[in-house]
Amino acid sequence: MQDLVIPIIYLISAVFFILGLRQLSHPRTALKGNRTASIGMLLAIVATLLNNQILDFQSIFIAILIGSAIGAILAKQIEMTSMPQLVALFNGFGGAASLLVATAEFYRGGVFPIFIFFTIALSVLIGSVTFSGSFIAFLKLQGIMKGAPIQFKGQHAFNGLLVVLVIISSIYGLLYPFSSMFLIIIGVSLLLGILFVLPIGGADMPVVISLLNSFSGLAACATGFVIQNDALIISGSLVGASGIILTDIMCKGMNRTIWNVLFAGVGSTDAITDNLQVDPMKSIKSYEPEDTVVIFENAKQVVIVPGYGLAVAQAQHMVHELQKLLEGKGVVVKYAIHPVAGRMPGHMNVLLAEANVPYDSLYDLDQINPEFEETDVTLVIGANDVVNPAARHDTNSPIFGMPILDVDKSQTVFVLKRSMNPGFAGIENELFYKDNTIMIFGDAKDTVSKLVSELK
Amino acid sequence: MSGQLLIEIYVLVLAVFVGFEVISKVPPTLHTPLMSGSNAISGITIVGAILATGSMPGTISATLGMIAIILAMINVVGGFMVTGRMLRMFKK
Repeated sequence: MQDLVIPIIYLISAVFFILGLRQLSHPRTALKGNRTASIGMLLAIVATLLNNQILDFQSIFIAILIGSAIGAILAKQIEMTSMPQLVALFNGFGGAASLLVATAEFYRGGVFPIFIFFTIALSVLIGSVTFSGSFIAFLKLQGIMKGAPIQFKGQHAFNGLLVVLVIISSIYGLLYPFSSMFLIIIGVSLLLGILFVLPIGGADMPVVISLLNSFSGLAACATGFVIQNDALIISGSLVGASGIILTDIMCKGMNRTIWNVLFAGVGSTDAITDNLQVDPMKSIKSYEPEDTVVIFENAKQVVIVPGYGLAVAQAQHMVHELQKLLEGKGVVVKYAIHPVAGRMPGHMNVLLAEANVPYDSLYDLDQINPEFEETDVTLVIGANDVVNPAARHDTNSPIFGMPILDVDKSQTVFVLKRSMNPGFAGIENELFYKDNTIMIFGDAKDTVSKLVSELK
Repeated sequence: MSGQLLIEIYVLVLAVFVGFEVISKVPPTLHTPLMSGSNAISGITIVGAILATGSMPGTISATLGMIAIILAMINVVGGFMVTGRMLRMFKK
């Protein structure tokens, strides 16, 4: 009976995951999709507990309780501004769990058929890279580690060498199974994950996060081959596919290939010095927030362009205040959301939703770009590369060809910025030197709240 | 190569196609929830963790399995809950 019941429950849970993901990708059914997928997970766990190989239930329940409690606390306590870090952390835990399961299977001992050993090594490799890579991404996003790319000479060659080392030690471990060789595979794979994320700049984080998301699925999938379980293979590859779709959307948002993002290290010091096109002596205009009131009051349409700086300054609630105030004066207010604004896919949407900004005032790149010419005021808050006109014409710019928001076409552009330092990607922005651009220096939240009190 | 492995590879290839078909067009609003929701699904590795913990009591594998259950469960519970939290915000 058991041989039949358990696989059928696994199959049902896989169906729940598929339906859940489909619902999750449509706005009206998304919440339902989340519930459907969680029922699928519950079914999979119950089916596993029915397995008569399980002798020790106590340890399992203790571990489930601890994990659930930590997960629930994290999910409840987390600020929406810290979502990218949390997603990175969760990706890492998923990878680590797969790594541990594969390792547990290795230490179970006995003689492995060749392909099982191969899948163990693969699972360890993907799981470790996901774990250590996500951890570095977490450190960068949390601000514990510098966001700028960290590179050294010959890094790609060294990484290639590490991959070769993993393969050699896997083959060696296959021929002469002993555990120290296995530990080398784990160690080298962990190092590989670290070196894989270190050279990637902050502005490329959305790509990395979605790629690591995909990896966490692939790690589960590889583990499915290790323990020969179809539920893991199906669910893992679904997550793998969804992560790849997001990665692709992010790459298209920057008009770059995944290889370019992973290996070019955009924003490293070389890139800055080589491509500094704008004369640093060129003048900029800067206003105090109070000086801008007349311009806002005479505007018919205001477009707000949020970027990572908005998240850092936690200015989303203030921005919504400003929106309501302007709308009260008859001004049309729209938000322009670039696909790679922020540090993860959909980052700005989450932030603005938290501040109760209705999502019909959010516009995609394609929808808003034709409107800038009729826009009186564009307010750029903490966005940088996604509004840099150099992407349209400067073939030397590292971001040349990236689709940008054409904010420079509006009557007046206010850029809210802390200082003249280049953004995370380290590229000079020629928008700041345009005749219709006015800089407002200071903390974004302070500046917007000053605007709000002046407009009242 | 066993027949079992071959079937598993079939399952893998078909599931990847299903994944691409099912999630083809995602509006930007749902990018983050899709990511955190699918991440929770990758916690399915808990199945392997439970088997490792429960079937070999007292071994190093069981200890590794227990840590894996904790991590996977953080992923599952945290992932689904935070996704729900975000999606309820969008509703308003």
